Amino acid sequence: MSIQTEQTPDARGYFGRFGGVFVPEVLMEALARLEQATREAFADPAFWSEYEGLLRDYVGRPSPIYHAERLVDGPHAPIIFKREDTNHTGAHKINNTVGQALLARRMGKTRLIAETGAGQHGVATATIGAKMGMQVDVYMGAVDVERQALNVYLMKLLGATVYPVESGTRTLKDATNEAFREWAARVEDTFYVIGSVVGAHPYPYLVREFQKVIGVEARAQILERYGRLPSDVVACVGGGSNAMGIFRGFVDDGAVNLWGVEAAGHGVREIDTAASLNAGSVGILHGSRSYVLQDGEGQVRDTHSISAGLDYPGVGPEHSFLKDSGRARYVAIDDDDALAAFHHTARREGIVPALESAHAIAFAQRLAAERGPDGLIVVNLSGRGDKDVRTVAALEGTEVLK
Amino acid sequence: MIASGGIGDVFARARAERRAALIPYVVAGDPDRETTLAVIDALTQAGADLIELGIPYGDPLADGPTIAAAGQRALGAGIKFADSIEIAAQARARGAAPILFFTYVNPVDHYGAERFARDARDAGAAGAIVPDVPLEELDAFAPPLRAAGLAIPLLIAPTTPHARAARIAAASSGFVYLVSRLGVTGARREPDVGWVAAEIARLRTTTQLPIAVGFGISTPAHVAAIGAVADGVVVGSAVVDSYAGSRGDEAAAKVGAYAASLRAALPSRG
Ligand SMILES: Cc1ncc(COP(=O)(O)O)c(C=O)c1O
Repeated sequence: MSIQTEQTPDARGYFGRFGGVFVPEVLMEALARLEQATREAFADPAFWSEYEGLLRDYVGRPSPIYHAERLVDGPHAPIIFKREDTNHTGAHKINNTVGQALLARRMGKTRLIAETGAGQHGVATATIGAKMGMQVDVYMGAVDVERQALNVYLMKLLGATVYPVESGTRTLKDATNEAFREWAARVEDTFYVIGSVVGAHPYPYLVREFQKVIGVEARAQILERYGRLPSDVVACVGGGSNAMGIFRGFVDDGAVNLWGVEAAGHGVREIDTAASLNAGSVGILHGSRSYVLQDGEGQVRDTHSISAGLDYPGVGPEHSFLKDSGRARYVAIDDDDALAAFHHTARREGIVPALESAHAIAFAQRLAAERGPDGLIVVNLSGRGDKDVRTVAALEGTEVLK
Repeated sequence: MIASGGIGDVFARARAERRAALIPYVVAGDPDRETTLAVIDALTQAGADLIELGIPYGDPLADGPTIAAAGQRALGAGIKFADSIEIAAQARARGAAPILFFTYVNPVDHYGAERFARDARDAGAAGAIVPDVPLEELDAFAPPLRAAGLAIPLLIAPTTPHARAARIAAASSGFVYLVSRLGVTGARREPDVGWVAAEIARLRTTTQLPIAVGFGISTPAHVAAIGAVADGVVVGSAVVDSYAGSRGDEAAAKVGAYAASLRAALPSRG
């Protein structure tokens, strides 16, 4: 399957009124060079063939689609999982890190840096760094380092160095700030591998292009197996990369409903939420204009979600554009419903989903009953839940690992 | 071109005295309002020519740990955007040196660029630096500030190509802010004075504006070296550090003594 590029943001990096470049001057030249390198690489068939080769042989693509037959009782639309959980390292994140590492090598960079929340993107960056012989430094909020000890160890095992970030709320937002600062301090030899469709232009665009393999594959697989397009495509939204990746395959099919599922945390009307598109307002965070969870003064709010990968106060600018244009709709699922879907999927399908993906599943279960047998729902199963076992066990009072 | 407003006078006076201008930076409301006012008075008495007043923001991408922590202290004390402007107004009313705001695009966006321009002017401020608004995005926020007569010094970094530096200088007002090193504020590495001098010489061929240098300047020796080649020397994190942990008169005494040591280090230029 070949991946073509089209529909770029405008020359200043805008999707409608969202996006742009809001970073200190010290990073402007680095972003300009990255944009140039991205344009050249994307026009080079050799670049894509190396990327596709790695996705096939190293990541294990194409990922399968799978009919989750026992998820919903009573008359309902079939729910089809796009199995990103079967990828090497267990999530969609690796599609992006493989692409960015190839770009980094093309640009002559020798060191990769990354921010990480749950550690999935950090692990995916450490993995490709090990494979390509590049130094990897990962910035991770001190709170998350504590919560995600297993992934911290995994990154070290892969040869990366993990730097706990003590500033601000000591979570993903602050880790991202720190990665930008570190990039500013060592911009010559360092490539910043951003983990989602966020940040300053060209990041939201290039990450989307590296994730769109999900949607391109899913569309072809669904057409082949079911002979029709799905009624709905559902994906969880943290920064929004797995969702943009699968949406991209269907965005031009006007009849296909696109659903982004945010983390409501304790509820979208509560302070403790991570649902930027449902509960936020337009602002500028990490270099671009988008929906942001913030107060009336433009100070970014603390967020909460049971899922560390969705626990982020911003969202990619293209999602804000899709929301305002009405092409995609964004809903929110709270901690309790996500947790219920996590258990339900494990018991009924023998698949332990990532807590992030469980948000998408929870919404799809409702939608399936509503649509009835005529519908056909594709859910992006963005990752597997091994990383969350300890969190879930702790909620039930079981200590799996100290 | 005549340098605009209050800032023009700052550099004219320093030049008449054959020295660079001393530009310390503090965060409004760190650790509280009264302390900031006392600190600004002490800086003025110690010979500061222009004071950069940080309007606190929780996610300051251009700042290192010292200034980020100062911002958190101020936000923790409940300082709002309007409070920072009011602190500037009060300080100016009691005779403080000219004040230049330093903040980030998101708080400005929320306060509103027009409202910020009007209130900053009414407070007697000289201008504003918003480091995460690059040249390309300037039109979104600069016009109302310019219309209010406020200066907008823009930053030039070590990574900025020469042609772009010339365009940045042309779009700047008040002065041009040359960042002395890669990275964020606060890191303590020796400034590369040779590079700074060469960069200033190049910039002088494209702009008439004064050139101030900042980021990582933290000792009287740095001030002496940079003050020999630049029109202004900005000292941020080290000033914030000099009174961290103190309040009121004690903070004022500490920052005053530190600023006086910087002022004394400014070399006289023939
Ligand atoms: C499995 C999984 N899904 C989803 C996400 C959320 O990121 P995004 O919205 O960019 O897909 C993460 C982030 O860590 C993740 O690990």
